[in-house]
Amino acid sequence: MFQFIIRRLAGAVVTLFLIGAVTFFLFVAAPSDYASLACGRDCSPARLEDIREALGLNLPIAQQFWDFMSGIVMGRDFPDGHCAAPCLGQSFYSGDFVWDTIMDRFPTTLTLTAGGAVCFLIIGVGAGMLAAYKRGSLLDKAATGTSMVLSSFQIYFLGPIVLTIFVYSTGWMEDPKYVPITEDPAGWFIGMSIPVLVMATIFTAQYTRMARASMIEQLAEEHVRTARAKGMAKKFVFFRYAWRGSMIPIVTVLGIDISSMLGGAVVTELTFSLQGIGRLAVNGATTKDLPLTMGVMMFGAFFILIVNILTDIAYAYIDPRVRLS
Amino acid sequence: MTSPTKAEGSGPSVALDPELASTTEADKPKKLEGRSPGQLMWQRFKRDRTGMLCAGVVIFYFVIALSAPLLTALSGTNPYTLYGQDPTYADSPVLDDFGLPLGWFGGVSGDHWFGVEPQYGRDLFAMLMYGMRTSLFMALGVTVLLMLTGITIGLVGGYFGGRTDYWIGRVTDFFLAFPQQLFFIAFMPVVTAFFVDPQEETPTYFRAVAILIVLWLLGWMGMARLVRSTVLSLREREFVEAAKVSGASPWRIVRKEILPNVVSPILVQFTYQLPSTILTIAFLSFAGVGFVEPTPDWGRLFASGAKYAEQDPAFMFFPGVAMVIFILCFNLLGDSVRDAFDPKSGR
Repeated sequence: MFQFIIRRLAGAVVTLFLIGAVTFFLFVAAPSDYASLACGRDCSPARLEDIREALGLNLPIAQQFWDFMSGIVMGRDFPDGHCAAPCLGQSFYSGDFVWDTIMDRFPTTLTLTAGGAVCFLIIGVGAGMLAAYKRGSLLDKAATGTSMVLSSFQIYFLGPIVLTIFVYSTGWMEDPKYVPITEDPAGWFIGMSIPVLVMATIFTAQYTRMARASMIEQLAEEHVRTARAKGMAKKFVFFRYAWRGSMIPIVTVLGIDISSMLGGAVVTELTFSLQGIGRLAVNGATTKDLPLTMGVMMFGAFFILIVNILTDIAYAYIDPRVRLS
Repeated sequence: MTSPTKAEGSGPSVALDPELASTTEADKPKKLEGRSPGQLMWQRFKRDRTGMLCAGVVIFYFVIALSAPLLTALSGTNPYTLYGQDPTYADSPVLDDFGLPLGWFGGVSGDHWFGVEPQYGRDLFAMLMYGMRTSLFMALGVTVLLMLTGITIGLVGGYFGGRTDYWIGRVTDFFLAFPQQLFFIAFMPVVTAFFVDPQEETPTYFRAVAILIVLWLLGWMGMARLVRSTVLSLREREFVEAAKVSGASPWRIVRKEILPNVVSPILVQFTYQLPSTILTIAFLSFAGVGFVEPTPDWGRLFASGAKYAEQDPAFMFFPGVAMVIFILCFNLLGDSVRDAFDPKSGR
């Protein structure tokens, strides 16, 4: 177990390094150099030179790359002060340290991703299980049909609809906003409930269908039939025996989906004007802010890799046949 | 049950003269002749009423998208004309003093079938038709490209195995570790910068090329994995071994023995991939890094829709409903195609 985690972490570090390298060199290798990107149209040569100087772009590429990479491990000194250990550089645009900005924004994205995941797992898997339990009934048909239709909705369409109904026309809710949970848990819950639920809705549907299919498959398994044959109660067999097996494909897909959940969080942030990582990436891309973009990319990749490792560990707990080796 | 005459006439598999087969009893045994997997699939698919309906709807969308110029000629509108600001149209105002559409449901009228855009007064019907054209055909191109790439990579990895497979697998894993959506957003400007001088305005066609490149680069992994795993199991089968023993070249084995057997998972994957590509392109435009004003694009309509949602929620209605129906049908079609190829799966 321990060995497995160590090996996976080492793999994650290598992947992160490679992602950093690819991102960096793609940005730097672009023929029109970075300063002119940042400078934009109508840029005078003198100003271009100034920008290049200020951003450290006149240093050799290898040196810039080394500065960036070593900064993550050891921290870096900037004219405005020292940037502590996981240093992702300094934004070209605002001059803030990228790590601080990300840490400032990350709780919003985390709330969306984790809150969304909890909602869609409980509602989605629950509905799917229920549909499989009452297979062929009206309930089953309703759950399957609803999930089919809901999965065709998009966050950027459903979001404004929900806002129109609950905020703009009736005034039952306030415009969604992020309040740190440490400051005001109730405010945090109310402020984020619409975005989290809208985001969860899109994913719920998918998991309902998956849980239903996987549960039906499990119910046909030999060990489940044996348990039923020896007289165990249907409910007991269903929730103890079949449930466990049916979770395996769901956990697998959850691990794969984490990247698209992060993407979903990005769309949700944009739809509800929340200030999270996704908004940061869009800002970085539109203002052509290399350190900001790289920081967000690395952070996103880090997040995905960690969740993937956690998924693999969860695997071993659910399915004792899986050996972590 | 239908009469035997009718049932036979409707089958596409009747290679022999259909009239002869249906009239004479003696010819009946000839119907036992083998049907190709494609024919079997088509027969199963035809019986699936949902699948047929959805296939119809999907084709309808593509036809609409293809004939966008025709349809807008019919409605007499243009996606670029600012009906609210252009003095030519001053005698038939579409916007009120606040820039909101006049009339019922976002300004639906005989001239503007789906209403107009607030502030500018562009015709929503024309924008949606042209927008669908942009989205659907871009997505078709991207999907075909990344399917081809994925198939090639998966075939090579699966067939040659060993070290080749190992390294291809590592590269695939590496690409999968990218935070996809963040990457799409971050790299659109960079890809553009490779080809277009930042001092100049990016031409629209180039935005399309940039979207194509970015989606292509990060989209082939799923296909590669699917093809690889299928090929891996096929490689050990007897017919491949037989071909190998009889001295067939690897190229021939891949082309004649393996590829025909991967066609059905590829086709199923294709029907799932296409709508998701459409959504990804829409996502890029929604995030503001894909197509920009005034290029009509489906995703951009949602971005404007979100902007106007508070004042004019009706603007979102037509593009949104159109997209929900389209994606719903495409997903159902995907399920039907899967069921037709593999009757044991699903349900």
